[in-house]
Amino acid sequence: MSVSLILALGLGVLGYVIAPRRAVAAAGGDARKLAALPRQYGLNTLLAVLVPSFAILIAGSLAGAGLYLGWAILIVAFIGFAGSLFNITPDYRARTHAESWIKLILIAASVIAILTTVGIVFSMVFEARNFFSQYDWKDFFLSAEWSPNFRGNSSLGILPLLWGTLYISFIALIFAVPIGLFAAIYLSEYSSRRMRSIAKPAIEILAGIPTIVYGLFALVTVGPFLRDYFAAPMGFGDSASSVMTAGLVMGVMLIPFVSSLSDDIINAVPQTMRDGSLGLGATKSETIRQVVIPAALPGIVGAILLAASRAIGETMIVVLGAGAAARLSLNPFEAMTTVTVKIVSQLTGDTDFASPETLVAFALGMTLFVITLCLNVLALMIVRKYREQYE
Amino acid sequence: MKDTQMTNAKISTKGVQVHYADTHAIKDVSVEIADKTVTAFIGPSGCGKSTFLRCINRMNDTIDSCRVTGDIRIEGEDIYDVKVDPVQLRAKVGMVFQKPNPFPKSIYDNVAYGPKIHGLARNKAELDEIVEKSLRKAALWNEAKDRLLSPGTGLSGGQQQRLCIARAIATAPEILLMDEPCSALDPIATAQVEELIDELQKSFSVVIVTHSMQQAARVSQKTAFFHLGNLVEYGDTDKIFTNPEDPRTESYISGRIG
Repeated sequence: MSVSLILALGLGVLGYVIAPRRAVAAAGGDARKLAALPRQYGLNTLLAVLVPSFAILIAGSLAGAGLYLGWAILIVAFIGFAGSLFNITPDYRARTHAESWIKLILIAASVIAILTTVGIVFSMVFEARNFFSQYDWKDFFLSAEWSPNFRGNSSLGILPLLWGTLYISFIALIFAVPIGLFAAIYLSEYSSRRMRSIAKPAIEILAGIPTIVYGLFALVTVGPFLRDYFAAPMGFGDSASSVMTAGLVMGVMLIPFVSSLSDDIINAVPQTMRDGSLGLGATKSETIRQVVIPAALPGIVGAILLAASRAIGETMIVVLGAGAAARLSLNPFEAMTTVTVKIVSQLTGDTDFASPETLVAFALGMTLFVITLCLNVLALMIVRKYREQYE
Repeated sequence: MKDTQMTNAKISTKGVQVHYADTHAIKDVSVEIADKTVTAFIGPSGCGKSTFLRCINRMNDTIDSCRVTGDIRIEGEDIYDVKVDPVQLRAKVGMVFQKPNPFPKSIYDNVAYGPKIHGLARNKAELDEIVEKSLRKAALWNEAKDRLLSPGTGLSGGQQQRLCIARAIATAPEILLMDEPCSALDPIATAQVEELIDELQKSFSVVIVTHSMQQAARVSQKTAFFHLGNLVEYGDTDKIFTNPEDPRTESYISGRIG
C-alpha cells in the first residue's frame, strides 16, 4: 500500500511536469493561445491524481479493504493522470478545474472536523447507554454518594462530582473574569503602546504553562498557604487540598484566556465610537462602560465562556489542588473533586469495559458534554439579546 | 446677516501651534470666531483644518503624540488652562464627526447619552423632552418618532449623521464643531444637513470643516483658508470666494492647487 502511495505521488509529480508541456504543444508552441497558464495545467493534473487517491485511501482504510487498497489507489491515480492529460486542449479551462479540486480539499478538511465531533459524541452515547442498561439512571443522577467498588455493588452518584466541578469552576471564574477583564481594559484603553507590547505577551505566557505545573504550584505553595493563613485560623479545617486552592490556581490559569481575547475584541471596537462619546463630554471610564464594553460584549461573553469550558474540563490542577475525595460540602477549604478527575480514576489501572464502574466514565463524560453545550447555547442567547452591533 | 466686526468673538485663538511627533501640523494660527455664525474651514487635504478644529474641544488630547501650544479662549477663558476639565469643555463644545458614528444603542439612548452623563434631566419626562427637542432640531423627529427604541445603526447614512447632530445638540453645547459632516453622505442627505446647519446657526456658533468649496459658500458667513498648516486667509465668505486677497487662496478657489 505504501508503495502504491509513493507511486501515486510520483505519478502526480510527473503529471505536474508533463502537463504544461503537453498544453503548450497542443497550442502549437504559443502559450498565449491557451485558456490557462501552463503551470495551471500542471497543477490540475497533480490534483486530479492526488485528491482521488487520498480519498480512496481514507475511504478504503475505513472500510477495511486492506489487500486491494494498494491496487485501487494505483488505478484511481492512473485514471486521474491519463484523464487529465488526455483532456488537455488549448480550450481546456485548467484554471477553473484546478480551483474546483482545491475547493474539494477545503470542503474535505471541514467535513473531517465535523465528522470527528459527531464520532466522539456517538462513541460516548453508545457507551453511556451501555452504562445505563446496567445501572439505574435515577441512582446516577440523583444519588449524593460516590463510592465505586470494583467488586461490584458501588454507589455511583454524580452529584458530589458535579458539585465539585461547578464549585471549583465558579471560584476560578469569580477570580479570573474580573481580573482578566480589567487587565484587558487597561491594556487596550489606558496603557501606552510600549507597556502593552510588554504586558500582553507577559500575560499570555501564563497560557503556555502546562496545567500540571499549575497543579504543582497549587500543591506545594497555594494549598499550604491557604491552610496555614486562612483555613486553620478561621476554623475551616486543616486540609491543604481544597476547592479554594484549585479554584484560585485555575483562576490564574484562566486569566490570559479572558484578558487576551477580550483585549483583542475591545481593540476591534472602532475608534470613532470612542471619539463620539468623548466628544460629548463623557469621561474615559464612562466611555468604556457605556459604549466600548456593550459593543464588545458578544466577544467578551465568548471569552468568558471559553474560560468556563476550560475550567469545567480541567483535571490536573484539581487532582493536585483539590484532591480526589468526592464530597458534597459548602466549605471552600474542604477537599473535593470533579467529574474529570473521576473519569480518569475510573479508567486507569486494570479495567474491563463491561462493568458499570468503568462505563460510568462515559456517562460522566456525556454529562459534562451536555453541560458545556448548554452553557454555549445559553451564552449565545445572552449575546443575541444584548448585542449592540456597530457597523 | 454678515458680521464684519469681531466684537462678539466666541472663540479666539492666538499663535496656536500643533505638533504630531515630528510634524508641525498647525503653524501660528490666530482667528476670532463669532457667536451665532457659521464659520467654514477650507483647504486641501492635510492642511491642518481638522487638527485645528479638534484643538477647540481638546479632542487632540486623546492622541498621545500630539502637542498643542498657544492660546485658545472660549468667551475669554483659556481652555488649555490646567484648571479646565477637558471633559466639561467637550460638553460645552459639541462635535460631529466625518463618518456618522451613532452608538450601537437605540435612537433614544443615543440622544439621551449626553444628558444622562451630565445629569441634565431630573426625571424621565424631562429626558424624553430633551430627546424630542434635540431630534426635532436635527430634523429627524418625524422619521424617528415611531422607532425611537430601534438601533441607531439601522438608520440610513444621512439619518445617522442627523442623529449624531441631535446627540451633540442634546448636551446643550454653545459651540458645534463639524468635521466634514457631509463627506460620507449623498447629495440629498447633504442638502438636509446643510439646511439643518442654517437652522442651528440661530442657537449655536457652528464651525465646519469641509472639502467642498460650494458647501462652504452655501452654509457659512465666514471662511478660513488653511494651507500647509498656515491660516492663509480669513474673512467673509463672500469676499473669500469672489475677491480673495492672497494668491494661494485664489489658486485654491479656482482649482489650481488642492
